[in-house]
Parts: sequence; C-alpha cells; structure tokens
Amino acid sequence: MATADPNAAAAPPNDSTNHGLRVVVAWFVLSAIATPLVAIFVGRLIPPGNASVQGTEQVFDNTWMLSVITPVICLLVVFFAYGLGSFRATSDAVVDGPPLRNDARIQVLWMVGTSVIVLFLAGFGTYELLQNGAGGGQGPNPIAVPSGSKFQVQVVAQQWQFTYRYPSLGGMESNQLYLPADTDVELHVTSLDAIHSFWAYELGVKADANPGVDNVVFVKTKGPGVFHVRCAELCGLWHPYMFNNGHVVDSGQFQAWAAKQQKLYAAIKPFMDKPESDGGAPYSKTYFPAPDRRAG
Amino acid sequence: MRLGVKLLLVAVALTAAGVMIGFYVSNLTTLAGSPSYALPVQDASSGHPVVNLQIETVAAVGPELSRNPDWVSYLVRDNGQWKRKTVWDLPAHATVHVTIYNFDGASGLRNPFLARPQGMVGNRILVDGKPTDAIDPNDASHTFAVPALGLILAIPGVPDDAKNPCGYAPCSVAKYDHRTIKFTFHTTTPGHFRWQCFVPCAAGWLDGFGGPMQTIGYMDGFLNVRA
Repeated sequence: MATADPNAAAAPPNDSTNHGLRVVVAWFVLSAIATPLVAIFVGRLIPPGNASVQGTEQVFDNTWMLSVITPVICLLVVFFAYGLGSFRATSDAVVDGPPLRNDARIQVLWMVGTSVIVLFLAGFGTYELLQNGAGGGQGPNPIAVPSGSKFQVQVVAQQWQFTYRYPSLGGMESNQLYLPADTDVELHVTSLDAIHSFWAYELGVKADANPGVDNVVFVKTKGPGVFHVRCAELCGLWHPYMFNNGHVVDSGQFQAWAAKQQKLYAAIKPFMDKPESDGGAPYSKTYFPAPDRRAG
Repeated sequence: MRLGVKLLLVAVALTAAGVMIGFYVSNLTTLAGSPSYALPVQDASSGHPVVNLQIETVAAVGPELSRNPDWVSYLVRDNGQWKRKTVWDLPAHATVHVTIYNFDGASGLRNPFLARPQGMVGNRILVDGKPTDAIDPNDASHTFAVPALGLILAIPGVPDDAKNPCGYAPCSVAKYDHRTIKFTFHTTTPGHFRWQCFVPCAAGWLDGFGGPMQTIGYMDGFLNVRA
C-alpha cells in the first residue's frame, strides 16, 4: 500500500470563490463614487487658473484626463487591496499557490480598454489643441492660428529679467507687462542671450525664449486680474529671481498705462530706433546677442 | 576584512569628505561670497531715515581685494575705505542718496532700453552733474539695476582716450579719470532684493555673463531692506 510523502507540498485548497467578480464589483462601486468627486472637487483646483481662455481650457482638459484615469487608478487600488487581503499567507506552511492560467478574455479586455483610453486621449488632446490652442509656443510658423485681429506683444528675455515690447505702440518697451482684458493676444517670445522660458502661469502660457527665434503664442485674456510671470528654464545665477507680475486691465486702464510708458520711453526712443549697426535695437521679431562680450 | 578596519575606513572617508566640504564652503564665503555692509543712517529727524551709498565700478578689482584680480567689480565705501562688499543692509522707507564713481570704459548695452533711467526720484540721474533722461546705449559701461524695485540705470564709461585710467582697484576719485553718477531712490517695505549689472561685461566668458557676473561679491549683490 502506498504511503503519503511527508515532504510533498500540500495541495491548494479548492477555492470556488469568484474573486474576479468581487474585484469588478468593488472597482465599479469605488469608481462610481471617486470619479464624480474628482471631476467636481479636484478638477477645479488643478492649475493654471482662469485668467485666459487657454488657462480655462487647460483646467478643463486636465479635469477630463484626471476623470478618465481615476477608474484606472481605482482598479489598481482595488486589485492590490483585494490581493493583499484575500491571498495573504495564513500560516508558516510553504505551499504552492494555485496555477496561473492564461485567460484570453482578460487579455483582450485589457488591450481593448487601454487602447480605447489612449486613442480617446490622443484624439481629445488633438481636438482641444487645434480648437483653443494650448498656450504653448508654436515656433516661428504656428499651425493653430486663431482667426481675427490680435494684439501683439513681444516678450524679450535676458539674463535676468523680462521686458516687453509693443509694436502697435511704436515699438515701445517696458519692464511691465500689461494686457487689455478680453483680447486676443499674440505673444512673440525671444531672448537676447541665453535660453530662457516665458511662463505666464495663470494665463496658461509657457514658451521657450531662445536667441534668434521668434516663438509665437496665442492667448485670449479674460477679465482684469494679476498673473505671475517667471522664467522656467535654468538660466544662471539669478534665474530664481527672474519673475514679475503681469496685469490684465480694462481698456481705459491699459490706455492710461500705455500713455505713461510711452512718455518714459520717449527719452530712449531715438537711440532704440537707430540701426543695429549703430547700437540701436529697432523693433524686430528676433535679436542676437550683441555686443558678444566686453572689449579688452 | 575585519569590522574594526571597515569602521576605520568609513571614519577616514567621512572625515575627508567633511574637510573637502569645509574647504568648499570656505572658498565660497571668501572668494565667491560677500560680507554685508550696513549703511549708517545719516539723518532720521523727519521720521524717514536718510542714508548715503557710495560705490565705485572698476575694470579690475586687483590683487589687494580679490584672488581674481582681473575681474570687473563693484566696491562700496565703508568708513572711507573701498571694500568688496555687495550685500547692503538698508532701512525700510528710507531715502537713499547714491553716488557711483565709474572707472571702467564703455562696452555697450545688449538691450538699449536699459539706458533709460527708471525707478529713481524723477526718473532722472545726474551724470557728472548734468541731469540726464537717457544715455547713449553705446556709451554704457555698466548698469545698476534692482529689478524688483523697478530701479534701472546705465552708467556711462570713461572715454577710451582718458589720460589717467585706473588699473587695479581700489581707484582713487582724486587721482584717476572717472564718471560720477548721482541719483536718489526710496526703499519700501522690508525685503530681500537682488541687484545686478545688465551689461555683458565679464571679459573672457561666453557671452560676457560668466565669472564676476555670476558671482555674488562682484557685479551682483543684494539689498537687505530691514524694518
């Protein structure tokens, strides 16, 4: 008569529990609760803010994407929590777990599900990008150009501050950034020396500032308000101090500010309008570092 | 390897690292850093303190004041002596009378806009005693700018054919050719404001913005506005 081998591993218990169904139900319930909460309460806290149409759209896009991935995160959380709770070792005995089997249904479901999500996000992102712009620099030849007239402002970066030129105001330059409210603005971002990045946070604008490059950004301002501007590219000793506040103001305030700045600018305008060969800097889409360095 | 030997090696390595860090910090504070200078209050009878700030810009700081004798630099007058200190303590809500003596030649501004004085009383400076709304950007030798206060002014350079140019600092106002710039500005609430030169004036560095332009104690510093 054969006797049992005392060293043989114990056979796994015959478990008839439908773990898959439990996970799906728990996932569904958690997602049904978490997704609307995230969309309603977390989404509105997502940067950058509502100072421009593009900023508002970015908040909308981020809210949508966060809502889409919330069920995915819920699935991972439920799966790990359920696994840790249900399949934990209950004794010190060394036993084999149940055999792993291929399940074509789960594989197909996983591939189809992730593909749908990724393709949806790609399509959604592309549509939103073309529809409202992303607030990012589009380079010197922008693709998504909004229709209608636009108010041009040039952003000039240098080590270590931003200045702003207004071609419609005779090329007037200022170290303050004022924009009229409810206006389509066309920003031309460039640099006089090193690589910088113009980040107007609440406007939802971020664009590289490179010497010799005219990086075009479109943004539509909303109501009056203040937004923060800072450099987002490590550019030397005073990079962390390269910031200032921008202002979106109503038309009357903008005209008053512009008149004051033009009065200040009048003293330097004759020198600015000189040709570059004579040390001037007449309004141009791009500039190159000049003088290169100190003589001697 | 025995445990005792291992511990000894770890202790030696830690000690060596500590010594190297100490040298690095020491180097930063003596070579790259700058001690602060508290400006004495000249008059407070009106309720608002008045201080005088006298600084000079030199083409070469010289071996007496730096281990980088050829670096361009700002110096401040402290008890009658020119010192390489670029961190200045100022009282809040004060009137600051500034006199800059420039002994360096012109090299030009990268952004001519900065040749228009702004942020001081009247948005105007005195250049060798003459009220000036703007200098020729080509004549700019350095700038003194505190961007967070909106204070910007360009300093014209000494002509190339000056008869008595100053070599190494400290440069005597009585002895060497220089330009004199005067202006007044007001400090506001307490804060920590950086100042810098905007002229690419660090000879020998790529685009003129290395070395003394990137090192506190030469062409950069802070205004510590205190209550």
